[in-house]
Amino acid sequence: MRGATHAKWAACAAAVALAATACGGGGSDSGGGDSGAVLSSSWGDPQNPLEPANTNEVQGGKVLDMIFRGLKRYNPKTGAAEDMLAEKIDTSDSQNFTVTVKSGWKFSNGEAVTAQSFVDAWNYGASLKNNQKNAYFFGYIEGYDKVHPEDGSKQTADTLSGLKVTGTNTFTVKLTQKFSTFPDTLGYPAFAPLPKAFFSDHAAWIKKPVGNGPYAIESYTKGSKMSLRKWDGYPGDDKAENGGVDLKVYTDNNTAYTDLMAGNLDLVDDVPAAQLKNVKNDLGDRYLNTPAGIIQTLAFPFYDKNWNKSGSEKVRKGLSMAINREQITNTIFQKTRTPATDWTSPVLGEKGGFQDGLCGDGCEYKPDEAKKLIQEGGGLPGGQVKISYNADTGSHKEWVDAVCNSINNALGNDKACVGNPVGTFADFRNQITQKKMSGPFRAGWQMDYPLIQNFLQPLYYTNASSNDGKWSNKDFDKLVDQANQETDTSKAIGLFQDAEKVVRDNMAAIPLWYQNGSAGWSDRLSNVALNPFSVPVYNEIKVG
Amino acid sequence: MPEQPYEPEGAIAGTGMGGAMDLAASEAVTLEKTPGGPEGTGPQQKPRSLWSDAWRDLRRNPVFIISGLVILFLVVISLWPSLIASGNPLKCDLAKAQEGSQPGHPFGYDGQGCDVYTRTVYGTRISISVGVLATLGVAVLGSVLGGLAGYFGGAWDSVMSRITDIFFAIPVVLGGLVLLSVVTSNTIWPVIGFIVLLGWTQVYRIARGSVITAKQNDYVQAARALGASDSRILLRHIAPNAVAPVIVVATIALGTYIALEATLSYLGVGLKPPTVSWGIDISSASAYIRNAPHMLLWPAGALAITVLAFIMLGDAVRDALDPKLR
Amino acid sequence: MGRYVVRRLLQMIPVFIGATLLIFLMVNVMGDPIAGLCGDKQCDPATAAQLKKEFGLDKPVWQQYLTYMGNVFTGDFGTAFNGQKVTELMSTAFPVTIRLTIVAILFEIVIGITLGVVTGLRRGRPVDTSVLLLTLVVISVPTFVTGLLLQLLLGVEWGWIKPSVSTDATFSELIVPGLVLASVSLAYVTRLTRTSIAENRRADYVRTAIAKGLPRQRVIIRHLLRNSLIPVVTFIGTDIGALMGGAIVTERIFNIHGVGYQLYQGILRQNTQTVVGFVTVLVLVFLVANLLVDLLYAVLDPRIRYA
Repeated sequence: MRGATHAKWAACAAAVALAATACGGGGSDSGGGDSGAVLSSSWGDPQNPLEPANTNEVQGGKVLDMIFRGLKRYNPKTGAAEDMLAEKIDTSDSQNFTVTVKSGWKFSNGEAVTAQSFVDAWNYGASLKNNQKNAYFFGYIEGYDKVHPEDGSKQTADTLSGLKVTGTNTFTVKLTQKFSTFPDTLGYPAFAPLPKAFFSDHAAWIKKPVGNGPYAIESYTKGSKMSLRKWDGYPGDDKAENGGVDLKVYTDNNTAYTDLMAGNLDLVDDVPAAQLKNVKNDLGDRYLNTPAGIIQTLAFPFYDKNWNKSGSEKVRKGLSMAINREQITNTIFQKTRTPATDWTSPVLGEKGGFQDGLCGDGCEYKPDEAKKLIQEGGGLPGGQVKISYNADTGSHKEWVDAVCNSINNALGNDKACVGNPVGTFADFRNQITQKKMSGPFRAGWQMDYPLIQNFLQPLYYTNASSNDGKWSNKDFDKLVDQANQETDTSKAIGLFQDAEKVVRDNMAAIPLWYQNGSAGWSDRLSNVALNPFSVPVYNEIKVG
Repeated sequence: MPEQPYEPEGAIAGTGMGGAMDLAASEAVTLEKTPGGPEGTGPQQKPRSLWSDAWRDLRRNPVFIISGLVILFLVVISLWPSLIASGNPLKCDLAKAQEGSQPGHPFGYDGQGCDVYTRTVYGTRISISVGVLATLGVAVLGSVLGGLAGYFGGAWDSVMSRITDIFFAIPVVLGGLVLLSVVTSNTIWPVIGFIVLLGWTQVYRIARGSVITAKQNDYVQAARALGASDSRILLRHIAPNAVAPVIVVATIALGTYIALEATLSYLGVGLKPPTVSWGIDISSASAYIRNAPHMLLWPAGALAITVLAFIMLGDAVRDALDPKLR
Repeated sequence: MGRYVVRRLLQMIPVFIGATLLIFLMVNVMGDPIAGLCGDKQCDPATAAQLKKEFGLDKPVWQQYLTYMGNVFTGDFGTAFNGQKVTELMSTAFPVTIRLTIVAILFEIVIGITLGVVTGLRRGRPVDTSVLLLTLVVISVPTFVTGLLLQLLLGVEWGWIKPSVSTDATFSELIVPGLVLASVSLAYVTRLTRTSIAENRRADYVRTAIAKGLPRQRVIIRHLLRNSLIPVVTFIGTDIGALMGGAIVTERIFNIHGVGYQLYQGILRQNTQTVVGFVTVLVLVFLVANLLVDLLYAVLDPRIRYA
């Protein structure tokens, strides 16, 4: 491979210049590995252009994680938000923040990363006219209502009034309300800095994005392949341990897995469920299964009277208790999912607000009690529940059928529960946003940042962006407001957990299981890990 | 396109094909009777029509008898599945998922822990109904329209053929997602209707092609010269000679339609759960071929037997209709 | 003949308009694509409205259609949701799919017709029965499964091929996918040829030819086969379009980024521009293929005349 050799030479030259480490035979530091070798990895075609504030799914996120570094970075192991480009972020009132950017950072095109790079990027992301799908991340910053009027009225400003550049490396942020954990949200890719080239020649940038991360994009063929190479000028500590990554687009994760077995591919970060039984045989210990910040739930249409009358909570709780989570996660998912016992995720850790068993007996399989509760609650609306899901992605049919079988067995009625597939994801989302659901439906949540707030507020706060069931509860809203204003982290988390208990007592959504990330790799690779977002930590992978 | 050197062989081929009439004994019989018969009234005047001839043949054909018995058996199972399966196809125990054959459960369990034998037996009804009804619809609609287009040609042919072009252009996935996602009915009719709507064009083309060939034959010209009406020529002379390719395509299509139902279900727009069908079971089993091939084997085997029976039946019927093979 | 071709070419215009309109309406009926773009989260209404405006979805359907057709005639097929030009997508997808289709059609012609002739001449013999059994396997086991099995056996167990096709998608890489794609059609072609051959082999002209003392091979190929091919040619002709647009499953299994894949993505994401663009080109392929088939009728059977 010519490209690889070339990259290796460049890498060595740079390594000599920068740190004078041994070069040539590989085997320089612990565990060895050829720092010039390139690995290939499975990828999915991102459905939006790769702008940081426009990428809302994991495939685009994968690339952004390699080519960008923001003010904060979530520790790949613990998920804790740690300073990356931020020298410090100061606040006295949890509402006005002063950000100091480390000096010496550059984009891979040579331009320096300054306070202006951040402010420009954030203004771009928030502005309505740029169609950025993650614009709402900037919603707490003062002036957002002017650059992004929610009611469809005319946009009256181009920049956020709450952002001010005060020096080459400092800027201030003013929020519309107190938000104590705001700095911890800044590791989300939408908050990444952008070089001038992004604004001056946007089309060229989209064709070949330029960032400030450990990798730079060498070539990008939309829909089939992206070649990323180690950027030798990268100033951070988390330099790439390999020569680069070739992302290959697969339309079917099963094909990617087969390619891995045939030695055609080095890394698969999404092992198909049907193959999980063979993983031990095929890969031995070259397989990883770690918790990720994803929880799967069943949401209910609270706009439908049948699901929002007195006694409904008993029906919902009864349904929850009729689901044998243990058996389904073991059999269908081969333990790549863990039965949920609260509404957050284990990746938060006890300190971050995860509380094992908060759900109590409501999430345990008790078929007799389930039957009793449902009868007490007035029975299933219409005598049958239909669980809606989209059939085009994610093979949801299997677990929905299993959940239904479990409910049917518990209630002793063949037709108490049936799956209701919807052809496309877009149609499924339309039915949700237009409030057309008449029974429980699949809801999955992948965290944006590892905070308990992110598992509760967007999902259950009145009219929140992902409150698909339109659940609304004054007590919950009040507790969340209080928690956001609380400057003491542990107190804030306590308040969030109180709010979560309100969710539990109403069974606003049935928690099903926590999803793990899984990955398999070829024998060329070592030191493979997944971060809490179930994205491989590419820069740490060693090849050879 | 290469120029065709027609001269000697071409001429022989041309006349030779027409000469098929001489071999068509029964055909010749009907032809002779034609002028005498007063406008097709009184069937008793034709003691041996082509169709009754064919029927006499079929009754003695072992292939026909065997395939007929298999189909009869399938129909009986469709109507009364509990005759040979005592279990409940919807009763599933996840703890037994993917387990193999064991006493009382000869075919083992599927991915959800349902009994494969019971599901295969109960799936017969839906799969056979979808397959047979859709095939009938496609064959009737396609061959009638295609036959007319091929026979009359001209404007009718042009318009119909271009309409089929448009239908051909609709991708099955798109058509399914659009047309079937609107339907909320829980019956098999939308799926059958959909298959007929997208499938008839194939038979149309085949039928049109064979009719175009068949109408060149001398016996057709002869019948026309003798003053036979269009409908009589089409039904009596052309249909029996053009039906073979349609039967071939239809019998194979029967199998593919049963499989297509599975594709539609897989896309989430086919038959809604908790319907039991071979197609649904085949498509959910295909993910597990490495671990539990038995899940695939039985429903696919049932489908194979069904297709075989219909192919054999089709072959026998075709042979009976074709006097040249006697 | 010339006039006939011109007439047929002219007829393509209404078909073209009809088909594009139909597809356009169908994609529109599927509903609002914006919701899907925003992922599991709901787009805020302002962004959704802005996106609709950008993709021209805020206008009435007829106006969208007219604008679209206007652009198509100037060679602009619009932009996919990921910001890529549809013409760019086509220029990468069509060559791959055309190669795949050629491989599949070759399999149909070579294997299908050969098996058909052999079984047609040897009706009821062991060859006939074994081919029938093979046909049954192909029909009753979905392409999905045959594809996966071949991929596992040839790609992983025996290492003869690479399990997935590279972005270059050369002919040699496409042999196995082409075979899988052609498998069901192979069953049709084989059975159709077999029936036709069996039907025609006792025809007078064949007897005459044999009586003339022509070599057996010549009789089979020049006389028997030629007269038996009309239904087969019809089938293969209609199959070209179906293979090109319908290779979704095969392309998925072997990771081929061709027309089927783009079309499927476009449909799932309800991307009107991609779907209509690709289908438009496919319609043209259908039309040309059908025209060729009709002209072939006249070649195969000189008694058929077009005026």
